[in-house]
Amino acid sequence: MHPTDFTIAGAVAALEEGIISAEELTRAHVAAIEALNPKVNALITVTAEQAVEAAKASDARRARGEAGPLEGIPLAIKDLFCTEGVQTTAGSKILEGFIPPYESTVTTQLKRDGAVFLGKANLDEFAMGSSNLTSAYGGVLNPWSRRNDPEARLVPGGSSGGSAAAVAARMVLGATGTDTGGSIRQPAAFCGIAGIKPTYGRCSRFGIVAYASSLDQAGPFARTVEDCAILLRSMAGFDPKDSTSADRPVPDFAAACGRSVKGLRIGVPREYHIDGMPAEIEKLWRQGLDWLREAGAEIVDISLPHAGYALPTYYIVAPAEASSNLARYDGVRFGLRAAEKDSDLRDLYERTRAAGFGPEVRRRIMIGTYVLSAGYYDAYYLKAQKVRALIARDFREAWSKVDAILAPATPSAAFAEGEGSDDPVQMYLNDVFTVTANLAGLPGLSVPAGLDPQGLPLGLQVLGRPFDEETVFAVGAAIERAADFKALPGMRAGA
Amino acid sequence: MSLDTATVRRVAALARIRLEEEEVARVQGELNGILGWIEQLQAVNTDGVEPMAGGTPEGIAAMPLRDDVVTDGGQAAKVLANAPDREGEYFGVPKVVE
Repeated sequence: MHPTDFTIAGAVAALEEGIISAEELTRAHVAAIEALNPKVNALITVTAEQAVEAAKASDARRARGEAGPLEGIPLAIKDLFCTEGVQTTAGSKILEGFIPPYESTVTTQLKRDGAVFLGKANLDEFAMGSSNLTSAYGGVLNPWSRRNDPEARLVPGGSSGGSAAAVAARMVLGATGTDTGGSIRQPAAFCGIAGIKPTYGRCSRFGIVAYASSLDQAGPFARTVEDCAILLRSMAGFDPKDSTSADRPVPDFAAACGRSVKGLRIGVPREYHIDGMPAEIEKLWRQGLDWLREAGAEIVDISLPHAGYALPTYYIVAPAEASSNLARYDGVRFGLRAAEKDSDLRDLYERTRAAGFGPEVRRRIMIGTYVLSAGYYDAYYLKAQKVRALIARDFREAWSKVDAILAPATPSAAFAEGEGSDDPVQMYLNDVFTVTANLAGLPGLSVPAGLDPQGLPLGLQVLGRPFDEETVFAVGAAIERAADFKALPGMRAGA
Repeated sequence: MSLDTATVRRVAALARIRLEEEEVARVQGELNGILGWIEQLQAVNTDGVEPMAGGTPEGIAAMPLRDDVVTDGGQAAKVLANAPDREGEYFGVPKVVE
């Protein structure tokens, strides 16, 4: 078995039994990155030397009997998490060369538990995008390809496209991501791996470059549901540095993966049957419901009457928060400065932000500025906050009837670069099934469940009650067992 | 509601993003495309609905209060480490006061 083929659970056991050392495991992944990253472009920054040193230190801790739960596990970190002493770009030119003097809470906890960081993963600029094509550091190649059109360059999804591609191509065993409107679940589905956005407040946002603060949540990617559960346990927990982080105990999520779904009520939202949905997605959804029924769950039709308004609501709330959060990039305290010799301060701000932000980020900042501006605040922003409240209420009412909800993760399989990315609104429709969970603050897990006729992976999505990731993991693991998804991308380490 | 070119310029100025003259028409088209699409929210009846301001699911947790004490500080070197321009322990900017 090639070391890059391990699951995280399998690698933890192999390290514990001494079958492999952390240094060997890390070196195998460094070699995979050296071979694949020039093509895949999943990592913006590779920290190979630091990783090998960290792996040696990990072996030493294990020898002393001080192994943590992720001791020696090689991970990629989305380049939106501040990592002390390691460049953090947020996929933007405006942060090129930015070396954070502090570490995000999520990455601090992963290190505390023994994880080894191999690099910083590519992403859409400031996490704004669904294709990874808005990154100032180039697009990311999806490791999967179409059976009948193998030359087409498929996108990995976004915004956490580099994280998903790195895990799928076996350059790392797992990765961190963030999800504001679907940025973990959509790329997980496009790359044939698992990914979870936990409940809002489950993971600290401290040290994560902010996009839309009331929607942003960190979460893990891995190749199995159980591996996601293992990573999330390390990432989650109360942090006094984030006033929205939840002060409640972190359960053993991995244990929940073994729970039976017998007797669980699984909701099927009627509004998710959207016009123009590809037949293979409808088919996969029905298949997923059949699997859960066979495992003893009860399928219940439900209604989320305002779900159809989730996307336009998101595209008011998120840009509004972004326009405020991104005001800090002013060319004064950190990051890029663009100024002429005779620039005054205002000209310095305007030139810096025009040169440093890409077109999609500029668009969202301007939309956000407009919807918050005097005279339009009530018509757009306040209205969106009220519709958001209705969307959240729909889910609260659903939880009196069901324990979890099953839906598709995305309305299509991975698309090729240049397909449908000219019109911003068309690109936004990628998030149609994922964005409701962000607006309502709910946990959502994407599980690979099948292939489309072109041989591309498709994902199913499990949504759950606030802070009930355990049921979400139980349902996701049941689908994973039934789907027995064994297909592999053509581009991967050890292939 | 459709933005005219003057409003597009005003929004860019409020956002402190320099907009070249030749970009105005394209940006106007893009912004109007997005705003036209989000206009559909006006069809939702929100009478008497309290706006949802944060991301925390309702009824889950109240924002905690912490003791009002200084917990951090005295890190000028770290704070200034990424500055594009600095003079001593200050960020450097173009002259603001004549």
